[in-house]
Amino acid sequence: MNKKENAPIRIVLAKLGLDGHDRGLKVVARMLRDAGMEVVYLGLRQTTEMVVTAVEQEDADAVGISMHNAGHLTLAPRIVKALEDAGLDVPVVVGGIVPESDLEAMAEAGVAGVLGPGSSAEDVATCVREAVAARGE
Amino acid sequence: MASEDSTLISLVEKASEGDRRSVGRLLTLVERGGDSAEQVAEATHTLSGKSHVIGITGAPGAGKSTLTACLARDLAVSEYKPAVLAVDPSSPLTGGAILGDRVRMEEASEAGAFIRSMATRGHAGGLALAVPGMVRVFDAFGFNPIIIETVGVGQVEVDVASAADTVVVVVTSGWGDAVQANKAGLLEIADLFVVNKADRPGASDARRDLELMIDLSQLTGQAVRRPEIVMTTATEGEGLDEFKKAIFEHKELLFEGEQISIRRSKRWKAEVRSRLDYLLSEVATESIENLEEEKGSSPGSVARKIAKNLLKKDELR
Ligand SMILES: Nc1nc2c(ncn2[C@@H]2O[C@H](COP(=O)(O)OP(=O)(O)O)[C@@H](O)[C@H]2O)c(=O)[nH]1
Ligand SMILES: [Mg+2]
Repeated sequence: MNKKENAPIRIVLAKLGLDGHDRGLKVVARMLRDAGMEVVYLGLRQTTEMVVTAVEQEDADAVGISMHNAGHLTLAPRIVKALEDAGLDVPVVVGGIVPESDLEAMAEAGVAGVLGPGSSAEDVATCVREAVAARGE
Repeated sequence: MASEDSTLISLVEKASEGDRRSVGRLLTLVERGGDSAEQVAEATHTLSGKSHVIGITGAPGAGKSTLTACLARDLAVSEYKPAVLAVDPSSPLTGGAILGDRVRMEEASEAGAFIRSMATRGHAGGLALAVPGMVRVFDAFGFNPIIIETVGVGQVEVDVASAADTVVVVVTSGWGDAVQANKAGLLEIADLFVVNKADRPGASDARRDLELMIDLSQLTGQAVRRPEIVMTTATEGEGLDEFKKAIFEHKELLFEGEQISIRRSKRWKAEVRSRLDYLLSEVATESIENLEEEKGSSPGSVARKIAKNLLKKDELR
């Protein structure tokens, strides 16, 4: 039961952690929409469980999470693992400030892509598309 | 194909055991249309028909999602297993969409409501085909009630919501909103009105406008009684009890008499109609694809010739 080619990519977009701004997340949502994707927008202060529930019910193809304080090394792997544990085979793309030196650890934890603050709309869309395509194979 | 069948059978099996991920997958298959959607429809048809379907519509920003969230949460913490299908428009330019209704439905989700967001996706009539099928999936696997939220702007969206058992039209406080709703054709379909944002000035104005318009309008065949008007402040959960009560009263009224079967057979017919339209338009598209211009034949005569030939054939699967 393969995904039909013409169906848009559905991505769950959330910000983890306690910080309060969703401006960046909204910009990313618009970028993805303009790239033809369907963005299930969860907004701020999401927990791992909320993301997993959304992916399950929305049958999403990918997860995009944003985090701005230095939680990426704990939060991102936790999401990846929670999705795996729930039997959900979807790539996780992380946006935020991730130091070069952490990139390898993120990849090892199963994060499919990391997007820094300077990423263009095209970078963002391409990263998600490639992450989804890689899972489909 | 054999493996597709077995995948489908196992999805249906798991969904009946309460596996929400399988329900999510089945919804996707229906949403995408085509053969798999037909197979899901066959598999769920006989299992469905038990659930109460509530349509909630109104202008963008009226508070539909906030209200839906209150209702779904309240039902989920009592003895119900509600599902929400929240429809938002796709961008006509890119085909993408931002589906933001879940933001307001966090608590409902945590309380156990199943929430599914859906984009209108461009193709004509797609929504009219997909929504009844998705509702049937929820129905087949024990979700009850099923709440459909749509923006009361596009005709298809209004049609989709108005195919529900109980149709709720949401307007906001202040002058003019009810008038707009009337213009958008929402007045005729309402079983129940909600004046939301009652914390703002003008709630009683909106109510009076509605009363006047109901007085002036002929109650259509669809209405089982004069629609009730409920005032709410959805952000505070105020008026929720009255809202719930009005919905359940309407439901009881429907199920007491013949109304429910009248309404559902109308809905059934409308669904057959939209599927027929779709099938015919597909065949039409195919048959003009390789058509060469016949100089001297009028378009009308060619169309009739094609139609005659098609009607003889067993083209439809
Ligand atoms: N003041 C006030 N604001 C409300 C009320 N209900 C919803 N809102 C706000 O109206 C905005 C739109 O609400 P939403 O539920 O998304 O509307 P929808 O587009 O109809 O689904 C949000 O900012 C809500 O917080 C209410 O009863 N009073
Ligand atoms: Mg909404």
